[in-house]
Amino acid sequence: MHPAFSVIFLTTLSGVGQGLFLALYTGQVYAVAKVLPGHADTAAFYGLGSLIALLFLGAGLLASFFHLGHPERGWRAIAQWRTSWLSREVIILPAFMGLVFLYGLVHYTGWNPVFFEIGQQANIAIDLSMIVGAITTVFAFALFIATGMIYACIKFLQEWASPLTVINYTLLGSASGFTLATGYAAYQGAPGLLKFYGAWAIILTVASLITRGASLIRNARIKYKSTLQTAIGVRHSNIQQKSQGFMAGSFNTREFFHHKTAAFMKSIKWIFLVLVFPVPVALLALGLSSAALGLLAAAFVVQYLGLIAERWFFFAQANHPQNLYYQTI
Amino acid sequence: MTQLALVIDLNVCVGCHACVTSCKEWNTSGTAGYMSDENPYGQDPTGTFFNRVQTFEVGVYPNTETVHFPKSCLHCEDPPCVPVCPTGASYKRDSDGIVLVDYDKCIGCKYCSWACPYGVREIDEQQKVMKKCTLCVDRIYDESLPEAERQPACVMACPTNARLFGDVHDAESEVSVAIRERGGYQLMPEWGTKPANHYLPRRKARIQIHEDELERVDNPLKKEGIHKGRVIDEPTLDDVTSW
Amino acid sequence: MREDNVIHNPLDKSTDQNARIETKNTTCYMCACRCGIRVTLRDGEVRYIQGNPDHPLNKGVICAKGASGIMKQYSPARLTKPLKRKEGADRGDAQFEEISWDEAFAVMEERLKKIRATDPKKFALFTGRDQMQALTGLFAKQYGTPNYAAHGGFCSVNMAAGMIYTIGGSFWEFGGPDLERAKLFVMIGTAEDHHSNPLKMAISKFKRQGGKFISINPVRTGYSAIADEWVPIKPGTDGALMLALTHEIINQGLYDREFLVQYTNAAQLVNMDENSTEYGMLVRFEVPPEEGCFDPQNKLWWDRELNRPISTHTPGADPYLLGEFKLDDGTPVKPSFQLLVDRVKDYTPEWAAEITGIPVETIKRLAYEMGVTARDQKIELPIAWTDTWGNEHESVTGNPVAFHAMRGLAAHSNGFQTIRAMSILMSILGTIDRPGGFRHKAPFPRPIPPCAKTPKGPGDVKPNTPLGGMPLGWPAEPDDLFVDDQGKPVRLDKAFSWEHPLAVHGLMHNAITNAWRQDPYPIDTLLIFMANMAWNSSMNTAEVRKMLNDKDDNGEYKIPFLIVADAFESEMVAYADLVLPDTTYLERHDCMSMLDRPISEFDGPVDSVRIPVVPPKGECKPFQEVIVELGSRLKLPAFVREDGSRKFRDYPDFVVNYETEPGSGIGFLSGWRGKGGEKFLKGEPNPKQWEMYEKNNCVFQYHLPKSYQYMRNWNQGYLEWAQDNRLTRYAEPILIHIYSEVLQKFRLAAQGKWDGKQPPDHLRKRIETYFDPLPFHYEPLESQQTDLHTYPLNAVTQRPMAMYHSWDSQNAWLRQIHTYNYLYVNPVTARAQGIEDEDWMWVESQWGRVRCLCRYSEAVEPGTVWTWNAIGKASGAWGLDADANESRKGFLLNHVISEELPASEYGEHLSNSDPVTGQAGWYDVRVRIYKAAEGEPEISYPQFDPMPTLPGQDTSRKSKWLKFFAGGKKAG
Ligand SMILES: Nc1nc2c(c(=O)[nH]1)N[C@H]1C(S)=C(S)[C@@H](COP(=O)(O)OP(=O)(O)OC[C@H]3O[C@@H](n4cnc5c(=O)[nH]c(N)nc54)[C@H](O)[C@@H]3O)O[C@H]1N2
Ligand SMILES: Nc1nc2c(c(=O)[nH]1)N[C@H]1C(S)=C(S)[C@@H](COP(=O)(O)OP(=O)(O)OC[C@H]3O[C@@H](n4cnc5c(=O)[nH]c(N)nc54)[C@H](O)[C@@H]3O)O[C@H]1N2
Ligand code: SF4
Ligand code: SF4
Ligand code: SF4
Ligand code: SF4
Ligand code: SF4
Ligand SMILES: [Mo]
Repeated sequence: MHPAFSVIFLTTLSGVGQGLFLALYTGQVYAVAKVLPGHADTAAFYGLGSLIALLFLGAGLLASFFHLGHPERGWRAIAQWRTSWLSREVIILPAFMGLVFLYGLVHYTGWNPVFFEIGQQANIAIDLSMIVGAITTVFAFALFIATGMIYACIKFLQEWASPLTVINYTLLGSASGFTLATGYAAYQGAPGLLKFYGAWAIILTVASLITRGASLIRNARIKYKSTLQTAIGVRHSNIQQKSQGFMAGSFNTREFFHHKTAAFMKSIKWIFLVLVFPVPVALLALGLSSAALGLLAAAFVVQYLGLIAERWFFFAQANHPQNLYYQTI
Repeated sequence: MTQLALVIDLNVCVGCHACVTSCKEWNTSGTAGYMSDENPYGQDPTGTFFNRVQTFEVGVYPNTETVHFPKSCLHCEDPPCVPVCPTGASYKRDSDGIVLVDYDKCIGCKYCSWACPYGVREIDEQQKVMKKCTLCVDRIYDESLPEAERQPACVMACPTNARLFGDVHDAESEVSVAIRERGGYQLMPEWGTKPANHYLPRRKARIQIHEDELERVDNPLKKEGIHKGRVIDEPTLDDVTSW
Repeated sequence: MREDNVIHNPLDKSTDQNARIETKNTTCYMCACRCGIRVTLRDGEVRYIQGNPDHPLNKGVICAKGASGIMKQYSPARLTKPLKRKEGADRGDAQFEEISWDEAFAVMEERLKKIRATDPKKFALFTGRDQMQALTGLFAKQYGTPNYAAHGGFCSVNMAAGMIYTIGGSFWEFGGPDLERAKLFVMIGTAEDHHSNPLKMAISKFKRQGGKFISINPVRTGYSAIADEWVPIKPGTDGALMLALTHEIINQGLYDREFLVQYTNAAQLVNMDENSTEYGMLVRFEVPPEEGCFDPQNKLWWDRELNRPISTHTPGADPYLLGEFKLDDGTPVKPSFQLLVDRVKDYTPEWAAEITGIPVETIKRLAYEMGVTARDQKIELPIAWTDTWGNEHESVTGNPVAFHAMRGLAAHSNGFQTIRAMSILMSILGTIDRPGGFRHKAPFPRPIPPCAKTPKGPGDVKPNTPLGGMPLGWPAEPDDLFVDDQGKPVRLDKAFSWEHPLAVHGLMHNAITNAWRQDPYPIDTLLIFMANMAWNSSMNTAEVRKMLNDKDDNGEYKIPFLIVADAFESEMVAYADLVLPDTTYLERHDCMSMLDRPISEFDGPVDSVRIPVVPPKGECKPFQEVIVELGSRLKLPAFVREDGSRKFRDYPDFVVNYETEPGSGIGFLSGWRGKGGEKFLKGEPNPKQWEMYEKNNCVFQYHLPKSYQYMRNWNQGYLEWAQDNRLTRYAEPILIHIYSEVLQKFRLAAQGKWDGKQPPDHLRKRIETYFDPLPFHYEPLESQQTDLHTYPLNAVTQRPMAMYHSWDSQNAWLRQIHTYNYLYVNPVTARAQGIEDEDWMWVESQWGRVRCLCRYSEAVEPGTVWTWNAIGKASGAWGLDADANESRKGFLLNHVISEELPASEYGEHLSNSDPVTGQAGWYDVRVRIYKAAEGEPEISYPQFDPMPTLPGQDTSRKSKWLKFFAGGKKAG
């Protein structure tokens, strides 16, 4: 496929936003549960954190508009939620953003009534932010699923048609969000959360390395169901396309081919494998031990750049069966 | 239920592209138009077409077959392009099974084209909406046209009559009979899309000659003899013997 | 599903509601096939062009080109203003200024008047894919210049001449395969013929009926793709194949004896007395002066019963086909079939396999398939007819083996003899004008050769006088040649001279070179109509372009004045001194006349017209109008009254009222003649003729009575009908020339045994060799003179179905299909040179070289490379950007093809053409290929300076986007 930057940015940016929210909320839950020391100024910490998440999500949303031929009709995309994962994504993303906004707003304004308390000593207060956060979390995961399923549900795009696609979207988004959260915690001066986020960022990054690695291995072994023989219905081992019927390209040669060399593909693969996984882990580890904001920020930036490469590769690697019809000019 | 479709006879398609340009011609000024062209007179001209003819070579010299292969939307009975469309712009008509795009709903997200295994949807790069073969829905029901012309433009154009049009659900239709009797097949059956369009394979006519048929009693050579001309004034035995 | 809530209603016709919708019939001219079309206009703009279902030729179908006519009509390449070359600008620079038609006419009138008053042959008129040779030829004749020809000489004259001199009709527009009834179809060297749509329709029907389709061609594309059997052959070797097939068919006794005896000259006796001046001539029992152009029935058979010579077709006679005999006076004679048998004796399948690359078993099998199908699958139609000898036949029978061949045979310098061989093969199978075989189309069959003759010497070219004969004709003997006392050519292109005696369509491909070299003489004005001779219809194109711009020592152009009548910004236009912008086919009146090449069907004559569907763009003027205007201004007799006043208002008026001779009743159109349109073919002018054509789909069709539809060479009813309707002068039988006496006469002249005109000494051997009365195979002339170790490969071209010659690159739709071309090479051949698929490579002949892109193909014989015709363009021409793919990646093979042969014993500057007919030997060139060097620019070679946009070219559609929507813009 031809990787479109609009979609690369949409998925990676919103992944960061989702991950960051998840980090914030898990942090809050742990803090509320007194497992972790929370940040002193919750209003500032969660309020600003949510804002940052919103900025990423908003940027993603904005990027998505560049993908549309008719953005002004974008609203129509909510119509087919019964059948279309894209439609579902289009519904969930803004809903999720609204919830993140609400979550941040609750924290920021401090209008946070406690509904009930739980725990052995009934010392865990379930306040509005906790409830909003829980709902938002559901949406965060729903969004990961919707986004992943957009790709995973196209069964003949065999590189994508796997649960790993959804898992990877979830884990990579979460990892990048947690990495960002680590830096954010350092910036905000929340040492307890810093370690927590950092540890989870590393865990999630390693986990995503495993699942992403698994998908790479899986994809390398794919046996394509469609062949030139099934595509044109001629049973012969030697079929060569001589003409596509047009010579200077068409939508079908632009949209479904990355037009890059195998070497380029390979280098992108290695770039993302290095940038998304070992480097951020190392930077995180270093940054955690020295509590150096710069290193932690770098960890996020590097990982995010790596994710752009990862997403580019994700799209480029998918081999659409229609390409069988467009082999040579 | 009706399912309109094309049946394309690869046995007679000569790859002339008549179906390609007549499709463009009909549709660019029709309800599916315009169909824009980029760099029409410059480098790398490229434009929107609903139907394209490709060429494949099968086998190795001298046992080579050249196969011309026209392809447009196959109007799948279970079209993967439809459910994925977020806006409902892509739809399949209940009444006749034609898969269409509602240009006024389409947001140009291209998702449906990803979901079509056959590479027959094309975004119009100027109009920014997804386009594809409409099975000439604006011809086949147009009562202002004479009955015989209520057929897709490509079908009317095709000089070899390689394109048949009709209802593949009607067992008695020309298309169903052709599919049944001439081994009609679908493209990429492995995905369960059940394309309504079918293709008819190449067939080979051969002549069998048995050795005993080569020469007949009335072979003209027998009549002819290889005649040197009869020579009558040269000496004969009659002249020299006296028994 | 949700059909109810769609917003964009696909059945919405609102755009049409307030628009002015009109539908008009006319005739397509996106190619020479001339299908009937129906044009729908919306608010005056072309909205849709479809095949006319009521047209006999295409019955509603259309082709890729035809359906793209819209983009021709609105092409930015269109010329719209008369143009004059700017003072001081070089030819080729395309620097022009607009002038008025008045000025253009004034310039031409003055110049042409002067030439006509002094030496009319200094005006040369050459027309390309012209479909109005009736008019252009008439103009030339009336003007008095012999220097007129159309495309035939560089196109397929070998096909016309080879077959017409053998069977009195030919493939091309004059006849074709009856695929309705054939069981076996053999297509040779055809990619895509003029008969594009009808042939496609017929082939598919034929295949569906279960017939077997064999294609003999070095390349398998187009029609050949759907052949049941592909027989790859080495180019230029088909003669060997035809002769071997003939050998095998005769050997097996699979020939149609009765047909040969009755309808050909196979049984006629040939004089075998080498010392006689009659050597090789058919023996005549009485020798009255043979007047008229028909075969007098005064030849002899050797009767088997009486064992003596007997007048042919004597009732009850049964002649020998084989044997040798002595006449009473001692003259040794042989039936011509015996000579054919002698000829093919050594032409065994083994011999041919070596030459053609086709396995022996295949050749034998092909022969048997043809012979057995012809013999055992006989067709008998219950149609009674009478032959010219008065024999009544209860039925028409046929042998269902049909052939079709075109330029793969024609465009070789051995094509004439090859095509004779094929015609003879068709004849011995008994398939001429019979069901399932070859069928004639009116006005064919014609006598062998047809009657029209050129003048016979320079005396017929006189100031202010029409030419004393036709500019083109059919020589029947050496004395018909158009040469002076020294035997030198009178025509600029040397047609009808000893260099190319039977050049019945002229040699347009040598016109520019000869004019430039001033050999045989300098000319003054060259008018080129509808031919792109600065590009694809010239061989040696780069040099020809220089010649067009070349000056003598005094700084005068060697070709002093060049007028180009074109509709588009072609490469040729760049070289004009004066450009005349023609209309498109949708803007003018035209006729496909019985006097030229009508669109007749097997069952009778058909002709057709074009009637404008849109007004001319800008100042475009139909070239026909230009001719009528010029003819009137020059006071050419056919165009003015006695008093010198103008006779015809315009071209439509001319078409209605012109008669070949006063009162002849024969005009350009054959339908609806007579005062009220009640006559056809012959009749007084009918003022309402155009209206009647218009009402009848622009076509006139006549179905012959069934009994006149077959065996027309010998069908008394038909021949008399043709005579009555003035299609032919004589109602005499047209016997097939298995043995060609016409050729023998030229050979006798070369041997000094002819009383009349004799070839110059240096050409005697050439004439003697190639004017063999029986077909034979020889290597194409250029190959004979090429070092085949250095240049081992053949290079040929083919037409793509979606492009017409050079003129469709301006078409925004078609050029997407072919925006540049590859050289197709068998992978084995390419790899031997280290060339990979898609590599840049060179193709080089002894004449020059071209850099191009390689494309591997398994569908080409390894000794052949090929490309599509005329896709490559000169930069900037045709309304295209200077960097368009056509000029950057596309290439023209013509640069490696020479218009002349290497110097030889026969002289210098001999045309690279068939020695008999002057047919251009396009497909004779021998080449080698090699990889382009590392670092060479990735662009085709040669390149030319970009041609600028011309004054008057409408570039408004030349934007980055084209959003064609007829009848106004549609909102995005
Ligand atoms: N679409 C389209 N149609 C056209 C035209 C066009 O430009 N475009 N042009 C029209 C004109 S002017 C003409 S003259 C006709 C020509 O019609 P064709 O004669 O069909 O045209 P060519 O393309 O010259 O095809 C020649 C064929 O002969 C093969 N060939 C070459 N050498 C040999 C040989 O030695 N032996 C054999 N057996 N085969 C050989 C080539 O591979 C090729 O397939 O087409 C007419 N129709
Ligand atoms: N290498 C190679 N060269 C070949 C051949 C080949 O097989 N191989 N084939 C040869 C053959 S068979 C042929 S017939 C020739 C064809 O060669 P040409 O006769 O030169 O044919 P075109 O390229 O069609 O160019 C004709 C010119 O007519 C112009 N034209 C088009 N429509 C109109 C009109 O309505 N009015 C006027 N006035 N002009 C118009 C076009 O703009 C163009 O300039 O090419 C020959 N050249
Ligand atoms: S029009 Fe007919 S013959 Fe021509 S390419 Fe299309 S399907 Fe094939
Ligand atoms: S061919 Fe493609 S676009 Fe057409 S219905 Fe099937 S899936 Fe949809
Ligand atoms: S491009 Fe248009 S038709 Fe296709 S999925 Fe998107 S909205 Fe639907
Ligand atoms: S049915 Fe109509 S829209 Fe579809 S390919 Fe044919 S002409 Fe084009
Ligand atoms: S074959 Fe020629 S005349 Fe017929 S529709 Fe095509 S371009 Fe026109
Ligand atoms: Mo031609």
